Formats: sequence, structure tokens, C-alpha cells
Amino acid sequence: MGLTTPKSEREPTEAELAGVSPNFLTTTLSAVSNWGRANSLWPMPFGTACCAIEFMASAAGRFDLARFGMERMSFSPRQADLLICAGRLPFKLAPIIRRIWDQMPQPKWSISMGACASTGGIFDTYTMVQGIDTIIPVDVYVPGCPPRPEGLIYGITMLQKKIKGESLSDPTLRVEHLMDDRGFFLPPEKIDEISEPFGNSVHQTRSA
Amino acid sequence: MSAPAPSSAAPGARGASPSVAALKAAFGPAILRSQVSCGDSIVWVDRGRGHDVLAWLRDTPAQEFNYLTDITAVDYRDPERALEVVYQLRSLARKADLRIKIPLDKSQALEVDSVFDLWKGADWLEREVFDMFGVTFKGHPDLRRILMWDTYAEGFPLRKDFPLRGHFTRAEQTRQALAANPEAHYSIEELSIAEAYDELPEDVRRRLTHGDRGRVQ
Repeated sequence: MGLTTPKSEREPTEAELAGVSPNFLTTTLSAVSNWGRANSLWPMPFGTACCAIEFMASAAGRFDLARFGMERMSFSPRQADLLICAGRLPFKLAPIIRRIWDQMPQPKWSISMGACASTGGIFDTYTMVQGIDTIIPVDVYVPGCPPRPEGLIYGITMLQKKIKGESLSDPTLRVEHLMDDRGFFLPPEKIDEISEPFGNSVHQTRSA
Repeated sequence: MSAPAPSSAAPGARGASPSVAALKAAFGPAILRSQVSCGDSIVWVDRGRGHDVLAWLRDTPAQEFNYLTDITAVDYRDPERALEVVYQLRSLARKADLRIKIPLDKSQALEVDSVFDLWKGADWLEREVFDMFGVTFKGHPDLRRILMWDTYAEGFPLRKDFPLRGHFTRAEQTRQALAANPEAHYSIEELSIAEAYDELPEDVRRRLTHGDRGRVQ
């Protein structure tokens, strides 16, 4: 943001400028809109498990999300622009979080909080979505089981950085990632690939 | 202080419940066997007389098992071994417990009589056993899945032959889960409790009556 003083025929002297406050500034539209968006995120908490407890702690007095402009929790997706999935997501909740994401107006972002929301975590079972990025697009993954409030706040400040780097003229932003005709958000091969078992669980039998 | 002797500390705790002898006297060969495990009396009952035995335990004044704590089932790793439906009974008046097991041979249909007519609380317990093990409870008023969604097509997850990750690929599981229509899964009974059924559009009512509760093709 640059600061410009009105031009006159001669440069004003320091004495003349002493009592004058600058009354306009120049900036870019992207910078000012991103500045507003990043500092007034309205989160839609989608808390399903222990991560939601840490999320509540983040919002409460000791850690105080209000410092980042997020004191207004939105319990309606229509008035939210940040979906925080705090906790594991079973397949039974998959259509519900997808519906909530579709209901949120643009611009919108999402944070996948914790190991289970990001990868399925320890729940590599028949009930559990192996990472919510197979259901909705995710901007920031916060690792931890559960992450401490500092971790979530770090993720939120990373998202704010990301928002501040966006450009209004970028055509790839603000695109709705809708389900395709086959009912997939990601290609099925991709879902299978990122849902592959890892760690100890590779020793389990796999019938699929 | 010396530690109490392990077996004689609680008199009667290690012995069989008096209900076991009473059951054997009343039902004879229908009582397959009995066992005391960790102080709990367990009685195996023939499937055909299961409902009679449970009704007798509830209604006989000396037994008075008026509270059905839980119904569950056990599928053993040995594929030859019968799947067992377990009834955990409690007499609130007598402060006594009894566990009844009904073995179901896997070579036959997994069917057992519902005890919903004896204990109303059996409603959701039997639905859960049906959902997880595929045991059919004859006479249950509303036997459908309770934990998994109605269109769940992979089978019965707590059976030993069910793989931990399910039968389908992750992509197919995701597709089917996203295709499920959660709003359509309420039963007529649930909707009438909410007094909403009469106000539903005609097509929704027709769909509910015909049991079409999802969009999975």
C-alpha cells in the first residue's frame, strides 16, 4: 500500500505538512479484499470427535480465536466461509458434510483438523472416510491427534496467509468443485490411491 | 490386613445362580448346558425354546428378570462354531443377573424369535444385532439397520468373515456413502412421532411406504 500526498505546483514544506493527515491511500483491490476476508473468517464448526474439544478450547478465553477475527462461529453454512472439520468423518456423515460444503457461499475455505479428518487416522476401517479431501476440497491440514489449540491457530494463520496471497482475477479460485456424473468428487483411482493402508495396517488382509 | 481368600470372599459368587437349576427343572433338554464364568451364570438354550425360556424368566415370580440389560451376539473365529445371540438379564427386585445364550447354527438361516413382546427395550438392541451380525429376529416390528445406513450393501460388519476395511474399494464406499440420502431414512414411525408424516408431499409418503430409502443404483 502506497501513501501519496496531493500534488501541487510546488512541493509542500515540512512545516506545512505537519498538521495534515493523509486522507487517501492507493492499493490493489485484491489486497484490500483479501485483507478483509482473512481477518474476518466466519468458521462453520463441524465437530465430530475429540478435535472438537480442542477447537472449543481454541475459541474460548485462554487461546481466544477472536484475536484472529473469528469470534463469530457460524452454525449455519449459509453464513459461513470457513469449514473446520474437527474430528473423524464416518461414511454416514459424508453426504452431510458434502451438503454443508455445497451450501456455503463463495468465497469459502476449509480446514481439515486432526489426523482422522486428514487421513482417517487410526480408523482404517469399513466405517471411516480416509481423509475428507475425498469428499470436499481442503485448504489446510492440521496434524495432531488431536492438535493443540496452538496447532489449530497456526493452521488458521497459514490459511490467512494463503487468503492474502489470492488474486481476484485468478480464474481457478472461486470455482465450485461439484460432484461428477458418477457421484465422485475425486477420480475413483485417486480415492483408492490416497486411501491405501499405511503403517502396521498393510499387514491386514485386503479383499477389495 | 491380609488379602481375602480368592474363592470364599464372596459367598455364592462362584456358584451357579439358582435360576440355572430352576431352568433345567422347567425346560429339561432345551437347556443345552450351563457354565459359571467370573461369577456370572451362563445358560445355553435351544433356539426353538429361546423365547419360552426368556418369557418364563421374566414372568415366573421367583425369577422376575424384569430388565433386559443388553442383547448382543458373538461370532467365533472357528467357522464351524455356532454364532451365539446373548441376552443379559437383570432382576431389579432381586438384584440378580443371568446370561442366556442361544446358539445359531451357521448352516441354517440365522433366525431367532424377537423378544420385543417381552421387553420393549429389545427394539433397538435387536436392530443393532441385525445390523452388525445379520441375525433376523422373527416378530420384530421394524427390523432394519440402525448404525449403518439403510442402503449399506457390504454385509454385516461384525461377522468374522467381514474384512476390516469392508468388501468394496474405498472409491466405491465413498460413492455409495455420498449417494445416500440421509433425509429419506426416517421410518414412518419416526415421522409420525414428529407429527410430520401427514404434511409430507405425496411422493415422499409413497417412497417411504414402499421402503425405497436411498438413491444407490
